[in-house]
Amino acid sequence: MKEEPIKSFRDIPGDEVIFSGTPACAGCGGLLTLRHCLKALGDRIVIVNAACCFTLLAIYPLTPFRNSWLYTAMASAPAGAQGVRDALDVLIEKGKLDSEEDLKVVVLTGDGSAYDMGLSSTSGALDRDLDFYYICYDNEAYGNTGFQKSGATPLGSKTATTPPGKRHPMGSELPKKDLFDIWKSHRPPYLATISPAYPLDLINKFRRAGQHRGPKLFISLVPCPPGWGTDPSRSVDLAKLSVETGVWALKEAVSGEVRHTVVPKRFKPVEEYLRGQGRFAHLFRPARQEETLMEIQERVDEYWRLHKLLL
Amino acid sequence: MKRDMLTGNAAAAWGVRLAEVDYVPAYPITPQTEIIETLAKWISDGMMDARFVSMDSEHSMITAAGAASATGARTFTATSSQGLLYGFEMIYTVAGWRVPLVMVNVSRGLSSPLTLEPDHNDIFAIRDSGFLQIHCETCQEVLDSIILAYRLAEDEQVLLPVMVNMDGFYLSFTREPVEIPDPEEVREFLPPYRPKHAFFMASRPMAQGVAVLGGSAYSYFKYQMHLASLKALEVYGEICAEFEKKFHRGYGPVEGYMLEDAEYALVMAGSFSTLGKKAVKRARDRGIRAGLLKLRLLRPFPEAYIRRALEGKRAVSVLDQNISVGKGGILYSEVASCLFNSKKKPVLLSFIGGLGGKNISPQEFEFIFEKMIEAFEGGPSGPHLLYTEKEWDDISILKRTAEKEGDA
Repeated sequence: MKEEPIKSFRDIPGDEVIFSGTPACAGCGGLLTLRHCLKALGDRIVIVNAACCFTLLAIYPLTPFRNSWLYTAMASAPAGAQGVRDALDVLIEKGKLDSEEDLKVVVLTGDGSAYDMGLSSTSGALDRDLDFYYICYDNEAYGNTGFQKSGATPLGSKTATTPPGKRHPMGSELPKKDLFDIWKSHRPPYLATISPAYPLDLINKFRRAGQHRGPKLFISLVPCPPGWGTDPSRSVDLAKLSVETGVWALKEAVSGEVRHTVVPKRFKPVEEYLRGQGRFAHLFRPARQEETLMEIQERVDEYWRLHKLLL
Repeated sequence: MKRDMLTGNAAAAWGVRLAEVDYVPAYPITPQTEIIETLAKWISDGMMDARFVSMDSEHSMITAAGAASATGARTFTATSSQGLLYGFEMIYTVAGWRVPLVMVNVSRGLSSPLTLEPDHNDIFAIRDSGFLQIHCETCQEVLDSIILAYRLAEDEQVLLPVMVNMDGFYLSFTREPVEIPDPEEVREFLPPYRPKHAFFMASRPMAQGVAVLGGSAYSYFKYQMHLASLKALEVYGEICAEFEKKFHRGYGPVEGYMLEDAEYALVMAGSFSTLGKKAVKRARDRGIRAGLLKLRLLRPFPEAYIRRALEGKRAVSVLDQNISVGKGGILYSEVASCLFNSKKKPVLLSFIGGLGGKNISPQEFEFIFEKMIEAFEGGPSGPHLLYTEKEWDDISILKRTAEKEGDA
């Protein structure tokens, strides 16, 4: 079923699938992402969750969702999605369940599960061409346990396990894993990056994804005020800056064909994004770590040059 | 009803086929693989109306199986040894979901050292998880237990997953005559699963597997599982009575062999019980009033049955085919705990044997009975780690080859 793309904020569905009053932190970029994703998906879904901050959204006997929910474990939400999808299919096939009762199956994980522990079960689900959605809200560290380094942590970020010190002044010395490309190598029918600051782009991507059977995957870079050391009121601005500086490339891949959906006319300097985030403060004070700042900028430029969107 | 010569693995596959399961997520591991291969073939040939999916690990497999069960499908999967441990986290998780998943574990010793042959450390690793455990001695028992397991797991008073255990090689790859019940009769005994408790459907959104805050909610749900497991003992009795009426094969939570008038009793579980029964017969021929208690249901632990069976005996030997390193036999501890407060408790001895599939020879059984008679007359000895002189000579040769000759 093809849905027309929406053109204005007024076209964003007013219906809320997730209600207010969750225990998420103020200014949680992940929650804003999820809210928009659910507006696009509707409530005839079952969320299969891996251990992450959002596991604590559903605490007995309350859930903020209008839809169904299954918490699995940290490593195997995609396998849980496999079980639910297969069970729904086989029950409907055998006439044990009315097809009206069918649900879309949606995996919801943070970056810790998506980039690290759950990679094997994700690869399995992609390999089996499982018909499901996968939403990873990526705050670039293990947020729920107090912001330790994950495979998604970028170069130069301070985390609880990459504290800048005399011998390791830059914090994380490893660049961020490219999960988009890892997923893309499995050739899923639909794959996209999204941002809570670009809800039209986000919702239209879900609409396009909905035309495909098989894995439909989304990664959202999401500001995390307690982990990033930022004020909750700045989350949307920071998400926007991540795109405007080119740090977070908004794109999609349909059957492997990559297209950038938002390309800034002029890229802002990456420093504008880094400055003001507590996790990068050591790169500026007490002394500027020029080499690291240059390397971060250079990596961003290199990405866009590679895609011939920066000359 | 028909009769066939089936391996334990083939008997397991037949149990699953007769239970008319909807879904089989699978992952191979020796010595279990024949079960899933057989099911894959039947499903591919259209002889079984189910969906089969090859998973990427046992952790994923048990997650998928539990999730399918939570969706409302009758689900089966099987594993063994390292696979069970790889999926260990999900064993506890799925038990907590209170879904009626049935699994088979084909017991195999745990690495390291890496080995293929059986002992029960793998199945006892999940002892405290909430899975019910049925331990099988024969291939017939494997087939029947799977059908019983679904009835038990799906009973609303239970709603806990069940693990049916058989020994690798000794049962999994050994052909025995097996009666394959008539599908229609099985259907009467085990009607299709209609979930009332855990399911996913659009018209009735449900949150499953949710977190709790604080110890009081956590304790409540754990106690619920425990009480349901204890309740399962009663339900098991009722189900088995019905099964026996229909199929003329009875399975108690424990089975006594020449036990009634016995003075000296062995306690065993699994396929090695057959060796124990032979030893009991030989001991009787020598004039020892010997008997054997086979434990079939290990979770829930049939305490009252065990107490009743062993009270008043002169001496009892628990023969553990497992070892809790630094403590000893797991079943010994469990049997001891249920006899401790009894006024008619026997002298209780602990023997470890059959680790990694090591044989238990007639001489070793003779040694066990000698020790029991000694214990009755002069007090207990042990615990004893069974190892024959021949085995000692054999390992000495291996050690010489490994240039570890001088080491004790």
